[in-house]
Amino acid sequence: MSKVLIIAEHLDGQLNPSTAKCVSAAAKLSPQAIDILVLAEQADAIAADAAKIDGVGTVLTVSRAENAQPLAAILAPQVAKAADGYSHVFGPSTTFGKDLMPRVAALLGVGQVSDLMEVIDAHSFKRPIYAGNAIVTVTAPADAPVIATVRTASFPAAGSNGSAAVQALDLDVELPGHTRFVELKAGKSDRPDLQTASRVISGGRALGSGEAFKVIYSLADKLGAGVGASRAAVDAGYVPNDMQVGQTGKIIAPELYIAVGISGAIQHLTGIKDAGTIVAINKDPDAPIFEIADIGLVGDLFKILPELEAAL
Amino acid sequence: MKILVGYKRVVDFNVRIQVKPDGSGVVTDGVKLSPNPFDEIALEEALRLREKGIAEEVVVVAIAPADAQPHLRNGLAMGANRAIHIVSDGPVQPLTAARALLKLIEKEQPGLVLLGKQAIDDDANQTGQMLAALWQRPQATFASELAIDGQVARVTREVDAGLETIEIDLPAVVTTDLRLNEPRFIKLPDIMKARSKPLETLPLSDLGVEPGDFIAAGQHEPPPARARGVMVDDVAGLVDALKQRGLV
Ligand SMILES: Cc1cc2nc3c(=O)[nH]c(=O)nc-3n(C[C@H](O)[C@H](O)[C@H](O)COP(=O)(O)OP(=O)(O)OC[C@H]3O[C@@H](n4cnc5c(N)ncnc54)[C@H](O)[C@@H]3O)c2cc1C
Ligand SMILES: Nc1ncnc2c1ncn2[C@@H]1O[C@H](COP(=O)(O)O)[C@@H](O)[C@H]1O
Repeated sequence: MSKVLIIAEHLDGQLNPSTAKCVSAAAKLSPQAIDILVLAEQADAIAADAAKIDGVGTVLTVSRAENAQPLAAILAPQVAKAADGYSHVFGPSTTFGKDLMPRVAALLGVGQVSDLMEVIDAHSFKRPIYAGNAIVTVTAPADAPVIATVRTASFPAAGSNGSAAVQALDLDVELPGHTRFVELKAGKSDRPDLQTASRVISGGRALGSGEAFKVIYSLADKLGAGVGASRAAVDAGYVPNDMQVGQTGKIIAPELYIAVGISGAIQHLTGIKDAGTIVAINKDPDAPIFEIADIGLVGDLFKILPELEAAL
Repeated sequence: MKILVGYKRVVDFNVRIQVKPDGSGVVTDGVKLSPNPFDEIALEEALRLREKGIAEEVVVVAIAPADAQPHLRNGLAMGANRAIHIVSDGPVQPLTAARALLKLIEKEQPGLVLLGKQAIDDDANQTGQMLAALWQRPQATFASELAIDGQVARVTREVDAGLETIEIDLPAVVTTDLRLNEPRFIKLPDIMKARSKPLETLPLSDLGVEPGDFIAAGQHEPPPARARGVMVDDVAGLVDALKQRGLV
């Protein structure tokens, strides 16, 4: 029988919804137990939130000053130790999980399943490769713990009516001092978080400047949507990096995705393939984005967006 | 300081990937192969550190089949001092790559190892983190800025929440994100010069590393296709279509 340990992701004392998505993925294994590990400076409040996630047995906490920031070199030895007795250790396929989990896998001497998108059985999974242009079924050995990052866009968040037990864990591990946190410059935004928003509007190179993104923000606010961007828009400095959607940015699955002035390169499309409805607005009728859009409109975004905002 | 750069050969990012009809893999025969884009960024960063006088030597490393020599010459033409070709029969998984790179580190004693954050074929995003764990050294993944001051590197990392800066003691592993730099183009005379630069070949087995099939790949399939949608003529049509779907 499987026993799954999920590594909680959190920031500023808030549990990230990616954790509840990992729980959904773990539930597909029909495991004997799903536990969550919270590593933090003060883990209690985060653990209380994690305890509400449906299907969770126990929330394990390690409160240590060293855990104030999510440094993989500090967290990995603790996770590797806590993994003892578990058949599976899952983390989210966010920058947090991508940084941490391979370090854990190597400490345990096993490979890792990256971007797990479907559970076939306890040791077989599907995952995307080549920017999502192929899906491969992979099998992890049955006699070793399965370390995986969960592609969060592939799983809904588990419900929040649970009441798991919370238990402090005393891990006797020495932590290195060679890695030190300096600062986090967070892209402060009052808009819904890209990775959980049910509606997202993204702008591409066509916007031409950071100033021009105003038309996107304005429509987003009308729709209560999160705002994303193509790599070209980020590279050009119109918007910060945390807004990039795609293979090397965020993989998202909103109910509604509106791509504005984005051509639809495969690296961008791989980030939005799981969206419910994709709307594309582009002046080029041959733009590849129209090949996957559910609703397409050819025209000048600077004319269309104000009209659309007025019509809604 | 010596810098070791991971320089993997992958299917070029512009190639439209086709899954083989029998599902045994993707079509790689006759498709264009190129250096992994993140590895070109890693090499560019190493070259800049050498140009600033922070590094003396830049060594590119690829674990690849015997026919990858021109690929390594490419890294030399871009400016690496030396190349090491670890010859493997087929592709190796990240844990194997990390174990092989660790053996090389023990031999070469680099002050910095620069890898890409992910290889765009397996999209694993694992090797740098695994190598740092095995080496018991710091890792700074997804770097978009790197500043070295003596034995300490200050690295800005592209994370979901924004830009995180950390400080790591060297030696360490840094993996590159797209915005770290823009790799230079290779000039014709450099291709000529690269022919006489040292290129060492080393069978993987000589490093005492067994290629492991840790995560066995089975059936491949194309991603589920999205049905082609409708084109609307104007904003009114768009609003109607959204209403029909209950989205506004
Ligand atoms: C390894 C690698 C990883 C990558 N990762 C990502 C990633 O994660 N995310 C990502 O997005 N990209 C990524 N890319 C880049 C990707 O290949 C494309 O270059 C990028 O997505 C293009 O952005 P764009 O569509 O905004 O720009 P362009 O391709 O330049 O498209 C702009 C579009 O705007 C349209 N347009 C222009 N003016 C107007 C107007 N007035 N009104 C309406 N439409 C207009 C044009 O017709 C065009 O279709 C990656 C590339 C590589 C090599
Ligand atoms: N076979 C290889 N040869 C050289 N470098 C590699 C190899 N495999 C992985 N790497 C390095 O590790 C990075 C991440 O690869 P991956 O973990 O496969 O996504 C790559 O960008 C390379 O820098």
